[in-house]
Amino acid sequence: MKGMSQSKAPYFFIAPTLILLTLFSLLPILVALIISFTNMDLAGLADWSNISFVGLKNYIDVLADPIFTKAILNTLFYVIVGVPLVILCSLAIAIMINFGANRVFKAFRIVYYMPSVTNVVAVAVVWGFLYNPAFGLLNYVLDSVHLPAVPWLQDPIMAKISLILMAVWRGVGLNMIIFIAALQGIPKSYYEAAQLDGASTWKQLIHITIPMLRFAIFFVSITTMIGWLQFFEEPFIMTNGGPLDSTTSVALFIYRNGFQLSHFGYAAAGSFVLFIAIIVITMVQFKFQNKETDL
Amino acid sequence: MSSQAKASNASSSDKLLKWILGICLTVGGILVILPFVWMILSAFKPEGEIQNIPPTLLPEKFTTENFKNLFQNMNFGVYLKNTLMIVFFSFIGLFMNAMAGFGFAKYKFKADNKLFYIVLATMMIPGQVTMIPVYLILNQMHLTNTMIGIVLPGLVGAFGIFLFRQFMSTIPDELLEATRLDGAGEFRTFLQIVLPISKPILAVQGILAFIGGWNSFLWPLIIANDEKLYTLSVGLSLLKGQYGGNYALQMAGSTFMVVPIIIIFILFQKHIIENYAISGIK
Repeated sequence: MKGMSQSKAPYFFIAPTLILLTLFSLLPILVALIISFTNMDLAGLADWSNISFVGLKNYIDVLADPIFTKAILNTLFYVIVGVPLVILCSLAIAIMINFGANRVFKAFRIVYYMPSVTNVVAVAVVWGFLYNPAFGLLNYVLDSVHLPAVPWLQDPIMAKISLILMAVWRGVGLNMIIFIAALQGIPKSYYEAAQLDGASTWKQLIHITIPMLRFAIFFVSITTMIGWLQFFEEPFIMTNGGPLDSTTSVALFIYRNGFQLSHFGYAAAGSFVLFIAIIVITMVQFKFQNKETDL
Repeated sequence: MSSQAKASNASSSDKLLKWILGICLTVGGILVILPFVWMILSAFKPEGEIQNIPPTLLPEKFTTENFKNLFQNMNFGVYLKNTLMIVFFSFIGLFMNAMAGFGFAKYKFKADNKLFYIVLATMMIPGQVTMIPVYLILNQMHLTNTMIGIVLPGLVGAFGIFLFRQFMSTIPDELLEATRLDGAGEFRTFLQIVLPISKPILAVQGILAFIGGWNSFLWPLIIANDEKLYTLSVGLSLLKGQYGGNYALQMAGSTFMVVPIIIIFILFQKHIIENYAISGIK
C-alpha cells in the first residue's frame, strides 16, 4: 500500500512547519504593523469594538517618550561597548587556542564555551550574588587587595558595564568557535611562505591571519550586533531596568509596555522602531563590507 | 648549519610563546568557570554562612537543606515537571523540523525555492516584534495560560530546518528510489531510511533541543499566569524576586538548573561544537 502519491508528499512534510511559521512568524509582523496604528490595550483585547485607529500617534508618542529615548541611548551604549568587546575577546581566545593546536588547548574550547549553554536566569542570579555590595565575592576580592568597593549594580554607568561584563562572559563561546573554524580554513602554505621570508609570529598574525578572517569578523559582528540590539534578559532579571531606568534596553521597554502595562499598540510601535533600526544598521554594515572588499 | 640553527631557535621561541599563551588561557579559564564554582559551593552552605565576612571557600557546615527547601516549600517539583514537558514538546518540534528539511531537500514542487527562502527569512525577524502579536494571536485561540500556548510559538525553527535540509540533500536519490520500488510509502521511507541515516544531525539537534527546552524562559513567562505552568527558569526568577536576600536558596536553584546542562554539554561537547563550526561559517 502506498500511503500517498509522490506529488502530494512534499506538502505533507512541510505543511506543519509552514503553518506554524506563518502563524507565529509571518502573520505577527502584519498584526504588529496594524496594531501599532491603533490604541489596542486590555479593553481592546476584551472587545474589539474598543479598538480605534489613531494613525501615527503611537510612533510620535514613543519617540517623544523620555524613557524610550533613554532606552535607545542605553542600547547604543550596550552595542558600542559590548560588541567590540565580545569580538576582541573571542578573536583573541580563538587565536590563542588555535596557536596551541594540541589536546590541552582544545580542552579550553569547552571551558570558554560552557557559559553560553547555561540558563540565562540562573546565570543572572549567580552574577547578582557575585555583584552583591555587602557580601558578594567581587567586592570582597577588591577589598582584600585594598581596592575600593565597586557599586556594581547601584551606579547608573557601572550597572550598564556590569551587565555588559556578564553578557560578554556568556557571548564569547559561540563566536570563538566560529573564529576557530575560520582559522583552520586558512591554508598552511601562507604561513610557510611567510616563515621562509623570516616574518615574525606577530607579523604573520597582522598580515595573514587577520586579513584572512575578514569575512568571519564581518559575519560575527553582524550577528552579535543584532543580538545586542535586542539585549533583554540580563537587564530584565538583574536590575529590572534600574537604577532609574539606567539599564532599560529598548527590548525591555517594549516588554514592559506590552505585558506589564498592556499598551499593546504603543509597544508594537516601539518594536517597529527597533526593527527598522536593526535593518538600517545591518545595511550600513553590508555597505561598509562591500567598500572594503572593493579596495 | 645556520638555517638549522635558525629553525631550532624559532621552535624554542614558539615553545615559550605556547607556554605563555597556555598560562593566559588557564587564568582566563579559571575566571570563566569561577561563577559556576562559587554557585555550587554556596548552594551547600547554610544561609548564615553565606553572609560571613570573609566568605568561606568550602562550606564549613555542609548542608543539602537548600535543595530540600526548593522542593518542599517552593514548588520546584511542579516547575521541573513543566520544564520536562517543554523538553518533550521540543523533541516533537525537532521531528517536524526534520520532516520539513526532508521535504525541502528531496522533492521538487511548485515554488519550493521561494518557500525555502521565506522559511530562512523568518530567522531575521526580531523576537521583540513578534512577541506582542503572537500573544494576541494565542489569546484569540484561547491558548494563553496553557501548556500548548507555551510551546507552540517556538516549536519549529528555520535554523533547524536549514541544517536538516543541508544534511538530507546528501542522501543519494537512488536509495530512496529503491525503497519506493519495494513498495514503501513516502512517510515510511522517511521514518525507516532517512531518519536512521540522519543520526549525526539528529543527535546534535536533539541535544540542542534539550538545552533549549530546559532553558526556555520568555514564552512561559508571557503565557503562564498560573504557577502550575511555570518552568524552572520562571520559578527561579520568581524566587529571586520573593527571596531576594536568600542567596543560599538562590544558588541551590541555579545549581539545579545549570549542573544538568553542564554535564550534558561536557558529554556531548564534541558534537555541539562541531555543529556550530560547520554551520556557522558556511
